[in-house]
Amino acid sequence: MTRIELTVNGEKQSDEVEPRLLLVHYLREVLGLRAANVGCDTTSCGACTVLLDGESVKSCTVLAVQAAGHEVTTAEGLARDGELHPVQAAFRQNHGLQCGFCTPGMVMATVGLLSENPHPTEAQVRQGLEGNLCRCTGYHNIIRAVLAAADAEVTA
Amino acid sequence: MSILGTRVLRTEDPKFLTTGGVYTEDVVDDRLAGAYHVFFVRSPVAHARINSVDVSAALRAPGVVAAFTGADLADLAPIPPAAAGLMKAEMQQRLLATDKVRYVGEAVAAVVTEEAYQGEDAIELVTVDYDQLPAVLGYAPTDDSLLFEEAGTNVAGYWGDASTLKADLFDGCDAVVSHTIINQRVAPAPMEMRAAAAVWGEDGRLTTWIPNQGAQGTKAQLAGLLGVEASQVRVITPDVGGAFGAKFGADPEHAIVAWIARHLGKPARWTETRYENLIAMTHGRAQQHTVTMGGSRDGTIEAYRLEIVQDAGAYPKIGAILPMLTILMTPGPYDIPRAEAVAKVVVTNTTPIGAYRGAGRPEATAAIERAIDLFATEIGVDPADVRRRNLLAPFTEPHRTAFGALYDTGDYAAALDKALEAADYPALRKEQAERRASGDARQLGIGVASYVEITGMGDGEGTPPEENATVEVHPDGTATILTGTSPHGQGHATAWAMLASEELGIPVDKITLRWGDTDLIPEGGGTGGSRSLQQGGAAVQQAAQELLEVAKVRAAAQLEANAADLVFDKTRSAFNVAGDPDASVPLTALAENERLLIRTVFSQPGATFPFGTHVAVVEVDTETGKVTLQRVITVDDAGVVLNPLLAEGQRHGGIGQGAAQAFLEEVVYDADGNPLTASFADYPIVSATEMPSFELADMATPTTYNPLGAKGIGEAGSIGSTPAVQNAVVDAVSHLGVRHIDMPVSSRRVWQAIQAAQPGSERS
Repeated sequence: MTRIELTVNGEKQSDEVEPRLLLVHYLREVLGLRAANVGCDTTSCGACTVLLDGESVKSCTVLAVQAAGHEVTTAEGLARDGELHPVQAAFRQNHGLQCGFCTPGMVMATVGLLSENPHPTEAQVRQGLEGNLCRCTGYHNIIRAVLAAADAEVTA
Repeated sequence: MSILGTRVLRTEDPKFLTTGGVYTEDVVDDRLAGAYHVFFVRSPVAHARINSVDVSAALRAPGVVAAFTGADLADLAPIPPAAAGLMKAEMQQRLLATDKVRYVGEAVAAVVTEEAYQGEDAIELVTVDYDQLPAVLGYAPTDDSLLFEEAGTNVAGYWGDASTLKADLFDGCDAVVSHTIINQRVAPAPMEMRAAAAVWGEDGRLTTWIPNQGAQGTKAQLAGLLGVEASQVRVITPDVGGAFGAKFGADPEHAIVAWIARHLGKPARWTETRYENLIAMTHGRAQQHTVTMGGSRDGTIEAYRLEIVQDAGAYPKIGAILPMLTILMTPGPYDIPRAEAVAKVVVTNTTPIGAYRGAGRPEATAAIERAIDLFATEIGVDPADVRRRNLLAPFTEPHRTAFGALYDTGDYAAALDKALEAADYPALRKEQAERRASGDARQLGIGVASYVEITGMGDGEGTPPEENATVEVHPDGTATILTGTSPHGQGHATAWAMLASEELGIPVDKITLRWGDTDLIPEGGGTGGSRSLQQGGAAVQQAAQELLEVAKVRAAAQLEANAADLVFDKTRSAFNVAGDPDASVPLTALAENERLLIRTVFSQPGATFPFGTHVAVVEVDTETGKVTLQRVITVDDAGVVLNPLLAEGQRHGGIGQGAAQAFLEEVVYDADGNPLTASFADYPIVSATEMPSFELADMATPTTYNPLGAKGIGEAGSIGSTPAVQNAVVDAVSHLGVRHIDMPVSSRRVWQAIQAAQPGSERS
């Protein structure tokens, strides 16, 4: 077991973990933050996307010990004072989610994308979210939501 | 102003966007404290005799509590084939394979551990001794190697009798085209994989959380698999991360998890990996069609024949029933004087086939829409014109087809014309002609597909399709709805609240929807076959209206007035005495002394038949075969729309999945039956980069079968878009001599088709 210390959604955490424990399982099973989901075994689907020091990563492909000393933000940490983050609000406004399983990862990937490129074209949004799969929406309203959030001049 | 027909934002969303949905794997419940984890050992070979299964090494691994093989489950009866009486009764499935394995992914043993990671390690230690047998694959399996020796054949059964096909069906036709085409096997691949959590109470009852499409049906099937009374089972449906037809009922794994929980006297849970999901959740489609179409050179279709082979996979499940639906919808929206269809169902050493968005109807549409394009090309008439010439005339009284379907209402030509206009079809054809004339390497293809489909068909056994709803108004100003439908992305919580709000004057955000707990809601048909709004929604509306009648009697007593003199003011959610605005009582006050609730059942005269036309525009690079989907323009007429935001979302999702089948997705096996698409790195599930934004044109032809005027919208998108995209790709290269390319119309297949069509090449 290895002790890790890290910041998750602004709160300091310190835990003994197995070295092979994946960050997504640390978040879900140890901290009880279950918004990030596991949707594949091959780093393909992005349902587990979180921010590591502000950059989007797939938390199924990061070991918890690799996150030690870093800041992790999950979908649970995005809203402020009960108000949806502008990206979350744009997803709701544009019906950018249906079953919701890909949604926390999609939202975090979007926050990461817009922090790198605040005003992407539709093609850039599609390219930027290529690693986040959604089976419900045909991506149409997700793209609308991201472009709307960008128009609202969102920064991470 | 009515809330119906408006774009109400989903009340479900804030949770999904912040803390996330609570899917089965997320369920935290005291009853599940200390639950064991179940992992399945799955066959790595397609067809083999099992000599032995040795779990002894696994049992010595850290954290392993128990391990079970098929022999341990001897008390559980095998699963009989679907369509009893039509499919070979010997084609039964043991919950864990015993004597034979019949597909890669079939469960052979289950290992139970204290922690999840321990199970992943331990299943590697189970040793199974297999004697491999030749794998049976494809649509024309011989009987040299038999999946079920006792059945004596790999043909599971038939729908219709091929000997009755008429030898003279195409007599008198100026032109006849025929082709054998594959409607390939695809993976439903909902983002949430299958899972279960199970615990038996001291009262001997099972409580189990399962992602499903209808808890009541899942409960009945699960009880059957476990051999217990249905009253012994409580199914709870957590949030469900997509289903697409593949989460109906209960699978063997769900029963095994419950069996293990009972056997060990501890709660148990299971979540499959994506690898397992792609090889062990049912697949969809997998039909071979031989289409033959004949008619006159003016474009009139006189005769059509559809011969189907359904690959049911290793066990005849829902896949064995799909051809019935395909045959039912054989002629689509067309008026064809002579049409016939038959089907043969075969078993192969592949994952069993189940329902996938549309389930049997997309196959019918794909077959005839491809046939029409082949016919149009043969006679040199524009494919849109051929469609218009043969579509049924508009009708408002039900139309009975030769295949027994009763189309409720339809105006198919209007949908075609609207879609062509929205696409600016003449301009597209002009651009195509210009590119062809200039020899552009990037050619434009335009595909058209018209469809009609069947939704909300009920159990198909003569009882009318129906659904129940309960509406209760509470003294605190809120209301609760119980529904027998089972949302997994469709937005019922918002839509059903809109229907109740419209009647009761209670705001949408004060209305809570509950579903999917069989103790709370013992009856229900679930969500599938695009049935929910037309039956479940109509039931909510009916319940709310009936509740107002009960409330009115109470209001009359309270106001000491005659009930006939009372009017309900929706804007204030209160009863007033007509002409005396001061004499008023709020609806919620009528729930203070006695519960104010109504349960009702809405019954629909029959299934409804939404319809539409899709137009797809593709660019094909003739040098590389690369296909780029540029536009999809659709008219999907599902009657009156309750919430355009939700209806559009259903259309988008369907269009995306249908288009993905046309040019991307396919489950592939090698010659030995090894799956080559068992991960998302290998299965080309559609991503955002491969899709364009969609262009939706609206049309609403009401049905008279329910007071909402609504038909189903869940599957329509996936029915029209598949053949539209496929037709577009073939159209892009038809001037080079290409007549057909099987799906998925991948770069490789397009390039090969172009090469094969070159002068001097042998046509394939």
